[in-house]
Amino acid sequence: MDLSAINNETNKVYGKSKLLFDKVMHFCPGCSHGTIHKLIAETVEELGIQEHTIGVSPVGCAVLAYDYIDIDWQEAAHGRAPALATATKRLLPDKYVFTYQGDGDLASIGTGEIIHACNRGENITVIFVNNAIYGMTGGQMAPTTLDGMKTSTTPAGRSHITSGFPMKIADMLALLPGVAYVTRQSVDTPAAVRKAKKAMIKAFKSQELKRGTSFIEFVATCPSGWKMTPVEANRWMRENMFQTFPPGDIKDLI
Amino acid sequence: MRGSIDVSIDLCKGCAVCIAACPTGVIALSSAVNGKGYNYAAAVNPDKCTGCTNCAIVCPDAVITVYRTKV
Ligand SMILES: Cc1ncc(C[n+]2csc(CCOP(=O)(O)OP(=O)(O)O)c2C)c(N)n1
Ligand code: SF4
Ligand code: SF4
Repeated sequence: MDLSAINNETNKVYGKSKLLFDKVMHFCPGCSHGTIHKLIAETVEELGIQEHTIGVSPVGCAVLAYDYIDIDWQEAAHGRAPALATATKRLLPDKYVFTYQGDGDLASIGTGEIIHACNRGENITVIFVNNAIYGMTGGQMAPTTLDGMKTSTTPAGRSHITSGFPMKIADMLALLPGVAYVTRQSVDTPAAVRKAKKAMIKAFKSQELKRGTSFIEFVATCPSGWKMTPVEANRWMRENMFQTFPPGDIKDLI
Repeated sequence: MRGSIDVSIDLCKGCAVCIAACPTGVIALSSAVNGKGYNYAAAVNPDKCTGCTNCAIVCPDAVITVYRTKV
């Protein structure tokens, strides 16, 4: 069959979201950040809330999120996205407000911020991208780095004796009564991406119900920082990260 | 079902996650490079495509469009 006969708008079953600008994202090849950006764009497009969504981008590799997804954005100081989102949501309670934060941003310099925002039960969505290191600055150890994992600041592997254990921030936040929904997802396979999309839609919609904070952790890859090909990184993530950070719902009060 | 993919060659970074996601071995990296210097994703076995969308769903850069029709 002639392919040009198939490739037309009527037969189109998947294409780039209209909410993604025609710009090449600066992320390294195969980086989970790109797929997660795509999921946000698709979620906002499907819910028809483009004019009512405000994102808060972090310091870290995702700092330029506002250049890629066509919604309103603010850019927070390192780790301070939950504070900006708190103010935004309180002033504009009918908007859908979310933060997008890496594990260095959320679980290191911003640990206090996220714990208190969740403890206040702020009616926001938090998208937490856990790639187990500081990607942007050269792959240093993060609080989420696995025990024994080699990073640029732990060349012999992280030791819990000197550096503590990988911090399970999603499990910790689930203990807080203000938190309505905590789920851990990934974007390494088609099935995982489809599941993650459902979780993201649920998290955004929970803001309509005013149930409290909705929190999605993405167990993610940083192929450059991990010094692996993207396909190897996805495999390594499944074999190693999933033991400490298993995917699935942790709390669901929605 | 008959499917077909369209890759935006200039935007592809050659990460190859689509190749791992395709159940029927449609895609391989080209030996040629694009303007960015990447070996890009190419449908080397286009007749095997069912239009399942797996490749496009995992693409971090949204460079794959999928079409499907009944034959
Ligand atoms: C106040 C402050 N301290 C430190 C930095 C340096 N810095 C920039 S990004 C970053 C870590 C980012 O890591 P993560 O949040 O895991 O995001 P990733 O890049 O891995 O997506 C650090 C420490 C900074 N920009 N501002
Ligand atoms: S350094 Fe890591 S987290 Fe940052 S864009 Fe590259 S692969 Fe992604
Ligand atoms: S649509 Fe499915 S069958 Fe076709 S190339 Fe993509 S993954 Fe392979």
